[in-house]
Amino acid sequence: MDKKITPLSKLFLVIIFFILYAPIFFLIFYSFNSGETMYDFEGFSLEWYRQLFHDTRLFIIVLNTIVVALLSSLFSTIIGILGALAIHMAKRRQTKNALLSFNNVLIVSPDVIIGASFLILFTMAGVKLGFYSVLLSHIAFSIPIVVLMVLPKLTEMSPSLIDAARDLGASSWDVMSKVIIPYISPGIFAGFFMALTYSLDDFAVTFFVTGNGFSTLSVEIYSLARRGISLNINALSAILFLFTFALVVIYYFITQRNKPNDMGVRKR
Amino acid sequence: MNHLIRFFLVIALASAIILYGISSLNSSQGYSGGNTLTVYNWGDYIDEDLIKQFEKKTGIKVIYETFDSNEAMMTKIEQGGTNYDVAIPSEYTIDKMKQDNLLIPLDHSKLPNLKNIDQRFMDLPFDPENKYSVPYFWGTVGIVYNPKMLNGKKITSWNDLWNPDLKNQILLIDGAREVMGMGLNSLGYSLNDTNKKHLLEAKAKLDGLTPNVKAIVGDEIKMLMANEEASIGLVWSGDASEIMSENEDLDYVVPKEGSNLWFDNMVIPKTAKNIDAAHKFINFMLDPKVAAKNTEYVGYSTPNKQALKHLPKEVVEDERFYPSPELTKKLEVYKNLGKKNLAYYNELFLQFKMHKK
Amino acid sequence: MENKLTRNLYKVPYLLWILLFVIIPIALVLYYSFFDIEGHFSLGNYQKFFTPVYLQMTLSSFWYAFLITAISLIIAYPTALLLTKTKHKQLWLLLIIVPSWINLLLKAYAFLGIFGTYGISNSFLKVIGIGQQQILFTDFSFVFVSVYIFIPFMILPIFNSLNELNPTLVDAAKDLGASKWTTFRRVIFPLTIDGVKSGCQVTFIPALSLFMLTRLIAGNRVITLGTAIEQHFLVTQDWGMGSTIAVFLIIIMVLIMLLTNTRKRGV
Repeated sequence: MDKKITPLSKLFLVIIFFILYAPIFFLIFYSFNSGETMYDFEGFSLEWYRQLFHDTRLFIIVLNTIVVALLSSLFSTIIGILGALAIHMAKRRQTKNALLSFNNVLIVSPDVIIGASFLILFTMAGVKLGFYSVLLSHIAFSIPIVVLMVLPKLTEMSPSLIDAARDLGASSWDVMSKVIIPYISPGIFAGFFMALTYSLDDFAVTFFVTGNGFSTLSVEIYSLARRGISLNINALSAILFLFTFALVVIYYFITQRNKPNDMGVRKR
Repeated sequence: MNHLIRFFLVIALASAIILYGISSLNSSQGYSGGNTLTVYNWGDYIDEDLIKQFEKKTGIKVIYETFDSNEAMMTKIEQGGTNYDVAIPSEYTIDKMKQDNLLIPLDHSKLPNLKNIDQRFMDLPFDPENKYSVPYFWGTVGIVYNPKMLNGKKITSWNDLWNPDLKNQILLIDGAREVMGMGLNSLGYSLNDTNKKHLLEAKAKLDGLTPNVKAIVGDEIKMLMANEEASIGLVWSGDASEIMSENEDLDYVVPKEGSNLWFDNMVIPKTAKNIDAAHKFINFMLDPKVAAKNTEYVGYSTPNKQALKHLPKEVVEDERFYPSPELTKKLEVYKNLGKKNLAYYNELFLQFKMHKK
Repeated sequence: MENKLTRNLYKVPYLLWILLFVIIPIALVLYYSFFDIEGHFSLGNYQKFFTPVYLQMTLSSFWYAFLITAISLIIAYPTALLLTKTKHKQLWLLLIIVPSWINLLLKAYAFLGIFGTYGISNSFLKVIGIGQQQILFTDFSFVFVSVYIFIPFMILPIFNSLNELNPTLVDAAKDLGASKWTTFRRVIFPLTIDGVKSGCQVTFIPALSLFMLTRLIAGNRVITLGTAIEQHFLVTQDWGMGSTIAVFLIIIMVLIMLLTNTRKRGV
């Protein structure tokens, strides 16, 4: 493939990245505001950061958010892989279509509907609202997105690859672990990160299914928004952002060192 | 495959560590077990120092949680998987909650401070004899405007808003009853009108306002008004006082045709676990000094007559927020119109929103 | 080889999920859609859906969702293509996703500040001589912010399919004398159509049901089906009408799915 990048396309990428990050830099910029609002920069101050570090409740909420995101992505990725395999291996076209349609229902449904119907479901099942109901819901709405990320990888995998492995005497498990999974792993990682994104972003579903004593960051921000967002939330976002940013970069370079083939993608 | 499994194990391990951290933090903060009281209130609607004061005085640990709409709060309490001890809904919700048996009657003998409340605000139609609720704050619906941006023009009535000079200048709060009420009031009808002809008339009049309406927004209206994004806003008086404390150029008026009078009230939902502590809390909030401090922080109008003595004169005498008896007569409290009529209000409001300039 | 039972065992968690979190909720939504606001069984909600108000809303939702998807695709495809050519492409891809981990409401508030009358974008317009414009609460700002939100979801699948593209095919096309454009049109794009499709699916369908942004960024000047559903569930408490709109959204979704699937044969 053409490996050169012309200056014009470089500029294009720079603009895209600039736009993607602009609101975030805006938030971070105002976290250093000594005033109280996001439209009038009065002077530089670290006051909001100081306040943030004294707020244990907010810290617990941040931890809640992260743990729900991580666990739900983990479980939904595993179930999602199984689901994608089930759809892929369905022999009849109708079964495949039916499964796919069911799969996509949760993607199309507005969050409010998902939240409301899950709330009814949990009420009927007698699940207490709190950590487990939120975790279950996040797993539930992340599964279809993982399936959608993994499925294209499965379809594009040539069946002869599996046949070849079979001919060489590989068992079903070997075919799975040595041929299929490595092949689709970019899709799996993509699915995991998408699930993480959905979970971190979700407000409406969590809002419905959470009870007292458990809150996530987005729910907290929505209830704080009544008075205009306090700038310690900006400070929090700044810290979280820099933290994830650093984590992503470090993670990338570690995997690069350990494994020259980035994330299992075959290179030619 | 190994790569993948290792990745998953790292995630699982990290989650386990975080979960352990959460549970140890929770217990060190006293959020689990023991003598606790869970308060369910609007966001930032109490002076947090008062919570600490209450905790110190009674030894009860307060867990303070917030909601952002009456409907959301009611859904949570209805569902039953929660244990809120005190909640602070608006008056029209109290009516609904009563009908659905979601409230526990108050024990007035445990609320000696109830005598501090102004008689005007006691025994109101939504809760006769204050069997279930005690007023927390009250206020009006009106117009906040920026004389500087309007070149010194004054706004005194709803009908002033239809002035063609005000193109793209008005922000409305996203509430069916507030906006429809504006239309009804401007025509001289009652806020609680259920006559379809009157309602259609009001809607047609509102359609004529569309060129002047810049946007219909939620709580961000405070930020937008203070930031001079528009010169006129339809808001609740509490929001208006917040906006004015941020931008001193702005002024607030309750239109002369009349408007809405609202109350937020403390109640004990049926989900309460610590009913005794809930009474203690309500009584504490009714203490004149406490109520005065809270009023200074929140900036809404207090129904606590004794608290007025502890407040600065310019606050108490500000007719915009403590309207004169003559104006008060023109103010109406929202009645529960029943689901069907309310649905019709909402339907018309939706049509108004869809009406293109 | 294992027997049939264990071979099918892996499907259990997924099918269980479908039953609990898809079929039962759909059934509940369908059930609620037959009740009017006072809890009586009726078909009134369906009648109401076919009144001009809701039909107009459906049309405009489609129009905006189409615009958002088309613009996202136009921006996302070249971005994904260029990303695959960079040195640390996986890193850059991750960095495209990271902004979506910051809370949506916060970003929306940031956009309020950026697009506001006295915001950065207006100061910029003034400097380059265009002068102050109303940006906030317009169709433009709504589409812009929606595209902003969906871009990472569009880039990811396209990037993945581009990344999987066998470079020898491109080389072969070049050796045969195909121009850059022909190579793209005849080789690269058809081979990545699956990625484009799933990108469009994860953009178009949620775009139909956007809510939050319609109020914050469009000031309720844009009303989508999602806004109406949210209002019915959270504000007016008319769960029946909300469910009815949801039923139509689900039907539309299934139709779109079937359409994109039949096209697949032809490719």
